[in-house]
Amino acid sequence: MTSHWCDFQNADVILHCGSNSVENHPVSSKWLNKAHERGAKWIVVDPRYTRTAEMADIYCPIRSGTDIAFYGGMYNYIVQNLIEPNLADYLAGKDVPVYNFEYLLNYTNASYLLDAEYSFDVETGLFSGWDDETNTYSNHSWHYQTESTEEWDTSASGDYAWVKAEGVPEFTTPTIEHPKRDMTLADPMCVYQQFKQHYSRYDLDTVCAICGMDRETLELVYATYAESAAVGKSGALLYALGQTQHTYGAQNTRAMSVLQLLCGNIGVPGGGLNALRGEPNVQGATDMGMLVHEHPAYLKWSNTTDRSSLRKWLESQTYSDGYYTNKPKFLVSSLKEWFGENATVENDYGYDWWPKVPTHKGAQDYTHISTFELMDKGVIKGYFNWGMNPCHSAPNAGFVRRSMAKLDWLVVADQVATESATFWKAPDMNPAEIDTTVYFLPCALIYEKPGTILNSGRWLQWRYQAVEPWDEAKPDYEMCDLIWTSICDLYEKEGGANPDPILKTKWDYYIDGKIDPRPVTWALNGYEIAGTEFNGTSAAPKTALLSGYANLKADGSTACAMWIYSGFWSNNDAPLDAAEQPIGRRDNNDVSGIGLNSNWAYAWPNNRRILYNRASADLNGKPWNPDRVLCEWTGDKWNLVDAADFTAVKNGTPVPPNDKAFFMLWEQNARLESYGMNDGPLPEHFEPFETPVDSNLLNGSLNNPCMMFAENESTSHGTVEDYPLVATTYSVTEHWQTGGQSRMCPALVEAMPAQFVEISEELAAEKGIMKGDKVRVFNNRGSVVVDAVVTKRMKPMYVHGKTQHLVGLTHHYSWAGVFGTGDTVNDLTPNVGDPNSYTPEYKAFLVDIEKA
Amino acid sequence: MQLTRRGFFKSVGAAFAATAAFEVAAASPALAVETSKEWKLVNTEEYTNICCYCAGGCGSLCSVRDGELVNLEGDPDHPINKGGLCPKGAAMFQLRNIVDPETREIVKNPDRVSKPLVRRPGAADWESITWDEAVAEIARKVKDTRDATFIENENGLTVNYTPAIASLGGSQQNSEEEYLILKMMRSLGVVAIDNQARV
Repeated sequence: MTSHWCDFQNADVILHCGSNSVENHPVSSKWLNKAHERGAKWIVVDPRYTRTAEMADIYCPIRSGTDIAFYGGMYNYIVQNLIEPNLADYLAGKDVPVYNFEYLLNYTNASYLLDAEYSFDVETGLFSGWDDETNTYSNHSWHYQTESTEEWDTSASGDYAWVKAEGVPEFTTPTIEHPKRDMTLADPMCVYQQFKQHYSRYDLDTVCAICGMDRETLELVYATYAESAAVGKSGALLYALGQTQHTYGAQNTRAMSVLQLLCGNIGVPGGGLNALRGEPNVQGATDMGMLVHEHPAYLKWSNTTDRSSLRKWLESQTYSDGYYTNKPKFLVSSLKEWFGENATVENDYGYDWWPKVPTHKGAQDYTHISTFELMDKGVIKGYFNWGMNPCHSAPNAGFVRRSMAKLDWLVVADQVATESATFWKAPDMNPAEIDTTVYFLPCALIYEKPGTILNSGRWLQWRYQAVEPWDEAKPDYEMCDLIWTSICDLYEKEGGANPDPILKTKWDYYIDGKIDPRPVTWALNGYEIAGTEFNGTSAAPKTALLSGYANLKADGSTACAMWIYSGFWSNNDAPLDAAEQPIGRRDNNDVSGIGLNSNWAYAWPNNRRILYNRASADLNGKPWNPDRVLCEWTGDKWNLVDAADFTAVKNGTPVPPNDKAFFMLWEQNARLESYGMNDGPLPEHFEPFETPVDSNLLNGSLNNPCMMFAENESTSHGTVEDYPLVATTYSVTEHWQTGGQSRMCPALVEAMPAQFVEISEELAAEKGIMKGDKVRVFNNRGSVVVDAVVTKRMKPMYVHGKTQHLVGLTHHYSWAGVFGTGDTVNDLTPNVGDPNSYTPEYKAFLVDIEKA
Repeated sequence: MQLTRRGFFKSVGAAFAATAAFEVAAASPALAVETSKEWKLVNTEEYTNICCYCAGGCGSLCSVRDGELVNLEGDPDHPINKGGLCPKGAAMFQLRNIVDPETREIVKNPDRVSKPLVRRPGAADWESITWDEAVAEIARKVKDTRDATFIENENGLTVNYTPAIASLGGSQQNSEEEYLILKMMRSLGVVAIDNQARV
């Protein structure tokens, strides 16, 4: 989230799209209701009338997988009804309260001129830069035209003098390219004009035909949400996996961020792009970069192309301007924490010991979906599952089971024997034919160990250990230590394939000789190397923890695994006591008056509660809304209610307001158009991998041209002729994901004893299905038997002029467990993915249904 | 600074927290009537925790007596949930202990597995294994797989990776554990590392 849970209370308009937060993130209701009681208007766009829809003022059904058509229509509505009629007046200096032109013109790239070669071809659905041979884009023509250039000043008195300091690895500094702008938004190549033209195709009737919507409702949704574009008003957009789990899921999230920028809703209280995360510490795991191409703290992992050496990393990743000019400090500090004294400037701080992810042309992909193809082919032979259960949660789960049966060994760390731990016992498997050795390692529960967890609002909070783990269960940190030190012993004794990356790794997180998460917090927070001793004692810990990331250096004198967390554990007077650290703060007296709760725990980065908060005030630093202040220029300094997400002070002197509201980007303005996506600079509507329609009403390409993995045989594509129903999946409040935790609680199994398929009364009548019947839901990939819930919450839609039925399935049950079992619904979902995130398309696919 | 109830507990130390809470409660006229019967949380120590479900980050209070969890409820001082918990959060106690439907006694949750297990090739069931044996076998398998598949150099570039080992998960762990998992896997040369954030 760019904001946080308590901030929903400040919204004037609320839009849920791809989230049923009242059911699945119940605590959100507390804060949404506060806004609603104050008069906020609440809109829910969802294929199904959900518990959230029940709370809202406006419910608008949508066919699963057509969100970009919906957002594109809203852009077009805002352009035609708010921007075009008022732009001339605004430019003439008139007051236009209904639309925040100052935000659009100064804080976004609306005025930037695009490369002359930039284009979009409606006939083919392709942007400029397409390569037919590789089915990929070159993003060259999606960049800006350059007005002038500037070099870094690395002289002794310059801003970048640190580049020349002893110990800093050599690299060629980047050139700042100041983009050409047209502040009247008249130039045909400016982002605004291209944007306007692009979305002119997204008229109300076309959107209705694609999305299966009613025109009157759609117009009401657009008009209501567009009220948040008024100066001083804010709209909160809440989304979850309903948006991300598509073959254009990353473009869905971009589409939402573009909408929020168009309405001036990013960086303001009650606004934000609010990803309601789907795992207790998935925010932490994302921050940690536990992903093929990622490095902790939103840096990129090394690879075989633009990051194939330390120098190349620094040259390709360091931004020319804005805060990411500091990336060399973050990376060198990360290497120093990783390899300790073995990392020196002479050996590139150990950079080459890190594995390089293959990224050259034609390289093998190693993300989640591909791993099962690689097991099937015998390439991946060993597999660790840490509290994750792919035999249940991965798409096309039957294929997953059959692939895992080809593994040599599997290690599962969990609290119950999950479907993955017991895949060899699945109803459709024969254990005698499966040679995999499986280890089950019992883990401690959340209150049986201490540690840090993050919520969706980026708050770091400490969990205190309340009780000892049962029997032989152990915390994961202890398991890791046992396995790691055992492997190190083997390499020390026997040697083996290049032991250096292993034996040069720093692994000394012990207190009184025992592995302990607290020294790991020091590593995450960052420390001066001189003055910090690991492997110490509880009686006399010695630390020089950093107060924040501003103290990080690129010369090897500081170490930090996670620059964005720096400051959360920084009290050197009590380095082993969480209660004495910023993370442990429990002052719930909210002095901000708008729910920032800045003295409760710690929010990354730098205890900032609302990201991009400079955008909450105008060009002169005056808040758009005087009742919701995050920062304000008083004439000689900034009055900061939240920690500044901009340069408020430089070299001890206050910096007067400017237009650099988004200083995590090199241009320091937010992107309506972005060259950063693999599948296009503007979100464009495409149909899901399995779609009920035979054409795309908006362009000539049915599917996303960059869709991933569709060519794999295992995906078993189904057509509308065989499987006429659109299906989607979702959760209920009583259960959690694969049920590894919730199905072990008898109270929850009693409250929601089975999974089900929701179908409309009309479809039920057509199929002769009664409420409570067992029904078989099936497609080319699998078949499951579940209970039928016949409901008014699902309605047939009119798509491309025809009646279209939708069904929805919950997905919490499977064969393993003591209290509640059922079929594996993910046997039905397709293992195709998004070209940016590689996330599977769980939320729109085709099935048929019959009485079981 | 306003001293919250939990802040007060911290300031007097966890070991004394329960006694203090009980005395504070008993001193309140509104609650005095309750003191005649035994209070569920008498002689307990309280520890704060954070919910294991939706990333709301709701606070909870774990009450412990004689080393055993006796109660889990929402943390009333927590600014996000202000003492409330959803059905899943309110049932977190059952992850560890449940009430036996026959005897009405509190017993260990029978669904939980709390000892290491191994399933051998071709076997139809689990066998017991000690931690020492399991760790030694896993380390051996990791090393053998890595040694047989490790690529140190590819097309003239130092690459130091193995395509043969994959690691999945991390969103259920605490952040310190995430770092250790990541560090172990990357230093082994694993490129196929993903977690719930991918899906």
